[in-house]
Amino acid sequence: MSEKKNEPVIIIKGLKKSFGSLHVLRGVDLEVNKGENVVVLGRSGTGKSVLIKIMVGLLKPDAGKVIILGEDVETLGGKELDEFRQKVGFSFQSSALYDSMSIRENLEFPLVRNVRNLSRGEIDKAVKKALDDVGLAQTIDQMPAELSGGQRKRIGIARTLILKPEIMLYDEPTAGLDPITSVEINNLINDVQERLGATSIIITHDLTCAKTTGDRIAMLLDGKFARVGTFDEVFADKDERIQQFYDYKFVD
Amino acid sequence: MQSDANKSQQATGRPVTTRKLDQFFLNLGDVAAFIGRFFREVFVPPYEFKEIIRQCYEVGYRSLLLISTTGFITGMVFTNQSRPSLSEFGATSWLPSLIAIAVVRALGPLVTALIAAGKVGSSIGAEIGSMNVTEQIDAMEVSGTNPFKFLVVSRVLATSFTIPLLTMYTIFVALIGAFLNVNANEQTSFTSYIQEVFGAITYLDIFSSVIKSIVFGFTIGMVGCYKGYHSSKGTEGVGKAANSSVVTAMFLVFIEELLSLQIVSAIRGS
Repeated sequence: MSEKKNEPVIIIKGLKKSFGSLHVLRGVDLEVNKGENVVVLGRSGTGKSVLIKIMVGLLKPDAGKVIILGEDVETLGGKELDEFRQKVGFSFQSSALYDSMSIRENLEFPLVRNVRNLSRGEIDKAVKKALDDVGLAQTIDQMPAELSGGQRKRIGIARTLILKPEIMLYDEPTAGLDPITSVEINNLINDVQERLGATSIIITHDLTCAKTTGDRIAMLLDGKFARVGTFDEVFADKDERIQQFYDYKFVD
Repeated sequence: MQSDANKSQQATGRPVTTRKLDQFFLNLGDVAAFIGRFFREVFVPPYEFKEIIRQCYEVGYRSLLLISTTGFITGMVFTNQSRPSLSEFGATSWLPSLIAIAVVRALGPLVTALIAAGKVGSSIGAEIGSMNVTEQIDAMEVSGTNPFKFLVVSRVLATSFTIPLLTMYTIFVALIGAFLNVNANEQTSFTSYIQEVFGAITYLDIFSSVIKSIVFGFTIGMVGCYKGYHSSKGTEGVGKAANSSVVTAMFLVFIEELLSLQIVSAIRGS
């Protein structure tokens, strides 16, 4: 494995989660180093989203530990949890922009509510910069409903970046987007890694996205990481379930 | 052939009625926990003043036109329909006091609550339901804002505060509607109409109306928020949340009306 010789900022140990009789995660272990992009690949319904929702405390695990930036997520509550969440950006599959607010208000929302004593000028500057970074400065006064899926996705990412998170979690960043927009999103993810030095976990089943953005790939099969390594290492595996994943992409 | 009930009994090992009862009590527990959370969070800072004021404006603004029309028509029609019975005894001069009592004690609060349940309750249910479906509530939570406080507490406070104000307004408009009818038929002057109206109603009437409206407002806000917050995923869930917000809120408003009637009658009797 080609792990960077850095300190791990995300440590997941023996994580288990079930919904009734459905055992989604059956003992997941993973370490992610500072500044690294790790892609979690897996079929739909294998618990990829559940994994990152546990990481931000939206879901509670049944067993195991998640330690992010030295904090045991499960033990955090109230103010501590809110402060922790400011360091972790979460890009939702559905973008999750607030429909009733304009793009400007969407971007301001996390900023004005978490950072005290900001002047109007500072807020406007931060919003403009965040929009410039994703190349959508012209949408500032539009409503989310007026934007395309790709634009919404980028605004969603801009909204999480405005708080300059140390960790970014992307839930299916390219799902439902055309190939060209997908490439733009992939570039944006790499850009975030380079400029902010953020550590990212990218949940996807899009192999192009995985190959372009991932320093390492973790293959989730039957609730466990079956293989963790670089893209080539993972797909060199002869396991039929991994090969099926690869073959689909390049089927004749 | 097996009936559906038998099939599901076999599947779970328990009869359908038992499961339905279980579900009912589980839901009741959820509702109690939801209301409990409201009272825990409403007193703890940070307070969402800006959002509360915005919601008050929304609630009032959304229903004002509809309430003006329905209030006016209610007053006018009720006066017209009451006239024949009273005129049989030659007692049409009692119309203003009869109307005042009916409008202040029952019609005003009830008409306002029903209109608000339809207009405001459904939109709260749909809005929060769609925010739930599209992960906007989760997004709010992970960005360090308490969505319960921002969405639920602000809306429930707004309906509890605004619906009593709307009720007072409905009463006023209904009494104007009634006056126009009385004035046209009995040529009662405005001064003597007002005198009759205020002679008939008591402080208890006004006080109980206000308290009742606060309860109605709280119910409408709470039902809309609960249904939205617990909507099932998917667009169908949003529709269901909006629909059941209205149906449940209207049903509860009538039950509360009945209870308040008993309570106020007991106070009046003592």
